[in-house]
Amino acid sequence: MENKVLLLSGNEAIALGAYEANIKVASGYPGTPSTEILETLLSYDGIYTEWAPNEKVAVEVAIGASFAGVRSLATMKHVGLNVAADPLFTSVYTGVRGGFVIICADDPEMHSSQNEQDNRNYAFAAKLPMLEPSDPFEAKEFVKKAFNISEEFDTPVIVRTTTRLSHVKGIVSPGNIEKSKVSPSIEKIPEKFVMLPSYARKRRVELDKRLIRLREFVETFQENKIELGDKRIGFITSGVSYLYVKEAFPNASVLKLGIVYPFPEKMIKEFASQIEELFIVEELDPFIELHVKAMGIKCKGKELIPSRNELSSYIVKNAILKEDIKKAVFEPVQIPLRPPNLCPGCPHRGIFYALSKLKVFVAGDIGCYTLAAFKPLNAVDSCVCMGASIGTAFGMEKALGKDALSKIVAVIGDSTFVHSGITPLIDVVYNKGFTTVIILDNSTTAMTGHQQNPATGFTIKDEPTVSIDLEALCRAIGVKHVYTVNPNDILGTQKLVKQEIERDEPSVIITKAPCVLLPEVRKIKNKPIYKINKCKGCMTCVKLGCPAIEWIPINDEKSKQKGNSQINRVLCAGCGQCAMLCKFDAIMMEEK
Amino acid sequence: MIKQQGNILFCGVGGQGILLASEITAFVLIASGFDVKKSEVHGMAQRGGSVVAHLRYGEKVFSPLIDIASADIEVAFELLESVRYLPYLNTKSKVIVNTQKILPPSVSTGVEQYPDNLLDILKEKDLSVFPINAFDMAKEAGDMRAVNMVLVGALSKFIPVNEDVFFNIIEEKIPKKILEINRKAFIFGQKAVLT
Repeated sequence: MENKVLLLSGNEAIALGAYEANIKVASGYPGTPSTEILETLLSYDGIYTEWAPNEKVAVEVAIGASFAGVRSLATMKHVGLNVAADPLFTSVYTGVRGGFVIICADDPEMHSSQNEQDNRNYAFAAKLPMLEPSDPFEAKEFVKKAFNISEEFDTPVIVRTTTRLSHVKGIVSPGNIEKSKVSPSIEKIPEKFVMLPSYARKRRVELDKRLIRLREFVETFQENKIELGDKRIGFITSGVSYLYVKEAFPNASVLKLGIVYPFPEKMIKEFASQIEELFIVEELDPFIELHVKAMGIKCKGKELIPSRNELSSYIVKNAILKEDIKKAVFEPVQIPLRPPNLCPGCPHRGIFYALSKLKVFVAGDIGCYTLAAFKPLNAVDSCVCMGASIGTAFGMEKALGKDALSKIVAVIGDSTFVHSGITPLIDVVYNKGFTTVIILDNSTTAMTGHQQNPATGFTIKDEPTVSIDLEALCRAIGVKHVYTVNPNDILGTQKLVKQEIERDEPSVIITKAPCVLLPEVRKIKNKPIYKINKCKGCMTCVKLGCPAIEWIPINDEKSKQKGNSQINRVLCAGCGQCAMLCKFDAIMMEEK
Repeated sequence: MIKQQGNILFCGVGGQGILLASEITAFVLIASGFDVKKSEVHGMAQRGGSVVAHLRYGEKVFSPLIDIASADIEVAFELLESVRYLPYLNTKSKVIVNTQKILPPSVSTGVEQYPDNLLDILKEKDLSVFPINAFDMAKEAGDMRAVNMVLVGALSKFIPVNEDVFFNIIEEKIPKKILEINRKAFIFGQKAVLT
């Protein structure tokens, strides 16, 4: 096995590292760019792997496993750590038994996120070590080291990845499976596990002692390393930024931090003392820079290096040399944009069409359906974070009083509802709101690549399990008006939404139709294909924004009709939404 | 002359098999002794949006991203997308472009027109352009989804790797049931850039 060469993404390498670290329990919530870590873990034997309802639960499950003496992993995207911050901060006080590592995947440039927060700040704020690998090879090694650090120092450890590591593939070699020094058992250690103030105060002192030991450790940790080259110019950097520095300045001196918190101050001083001009290169916040400057060391950082978006070797080189070393040879050409779009046949499309007709304010949430904010639907009016739709809709209602009646709806996906939509719905009922909540139940967590969730009836391993009955759940909370409808019936759904938004009581409409990308839906044979005969050019179907409907303009000034719609047979998924909307009955199923 | 290091930019529309094409190429380069890094896009951008994958190879590769004006080869799975990534190209770049058109939302909803001069834009720029009707070739090979393999076949003519390695990797990575279709598609692609 030793000489085998694998091409793995950062996420796959992290999973392999966790396997080789001999973890027994892994929990997480899907979120780009972290999702594939748990999915890859499924292919290894001997690890209990699960999708948790949200990141807070995932971290709590991993803490429990650690308390029981096994190595455990929790995975999430950067914003997921906000959800899990509560257990995180106190687990640093309790410490661990089995090694406990959190993988958090940041998304600089917001490729698939609502913000680009820099989660290195969590390491400082929660007082725990954070490792930052730069490529898939290191990702695997660092995860193994993180587990050893966790057990040696009695602390949770975060391994931070970013999109440009999680979704970069590189060469990795498999290694040996390690052993934990701890064995599984139930141990009652209240002064360690029960964070009552009196115990927590004692653990707080232990935490400070641990940080002193960690600060000594990082001075000799192998992955903090000085690569001395040309001493006229030197860099302190970490993670993927290291790769950009090496590419841009192959001969310069570099201090590469494998652990970004705590800082190896002696090493930083020693390095800086040899360098004429010192630069700190890091994506997003000046995390390293502030510390180096606080040490009284002269260096340049964010006055040159952008604090937004991803870096590249090109950006780093230009910033440091302050000249455009390599201008684009060809300037961008103005061509139509190609933003992501709801798929042909997406069951969400019709609901948003209906909502646009009702001219309501749509408090949206996180999922594929947020894409309905774009033209031509323009039917999502807010999106903050997972589960925010219901609370924001309710807050608007309370601000506007009765004037808000029939003007606002909350829209949330099935997985997002389970993640953090239930508590705000309780708020609506408990505090006498009249919010109308539409749960878009497409039986999957679609945006992140179709993961199971507690409402689908299957586990991460596709084993059948209890499926949450969303309708019964909403009734149990106290919602009296709960409906389940097929969203492909656009007109029926529109009528029901209109009726419910006018009601002075909370209601929930569950629109149930599976995502068209689900394998079981794709497998269906003889799906209808629609065609358009004698199109009158009214453009009603075009307003659905379905990629399968193409508008062909008539370039003849004498023609009254401006164009025709046609259906792209390759793309049509046979949902029939357009046929339902056509006032002229011009859209019909193709005969086989 | 074919370089011993290189940057290949794959671009197209989500769902066209870009990741698999870049994956096969990466495996071929590794099997031929190169270090490789490949950068992909997942998540929201994949939903029918413009998709790009960066593949870099050489003795040792640091950055996973191709710099501006540094792509040696662009493999464009869709005509409009071939022009979108022009800033990555330089006068020595080769452009393999599938002439298939997939309408972006603004065109299919009648707000804008699909530009009709895209190949001219590329050709005016002194690029070596290899237009290929990969969609028709894939259909002829037996499955329209084999567009990606047609383009990999064309690409194989421009990287310093023995073609046997390509056939070995394709056999290893493609399910038996559709292997023959993919092989055919690959050969169509090879032939398309020779004429």
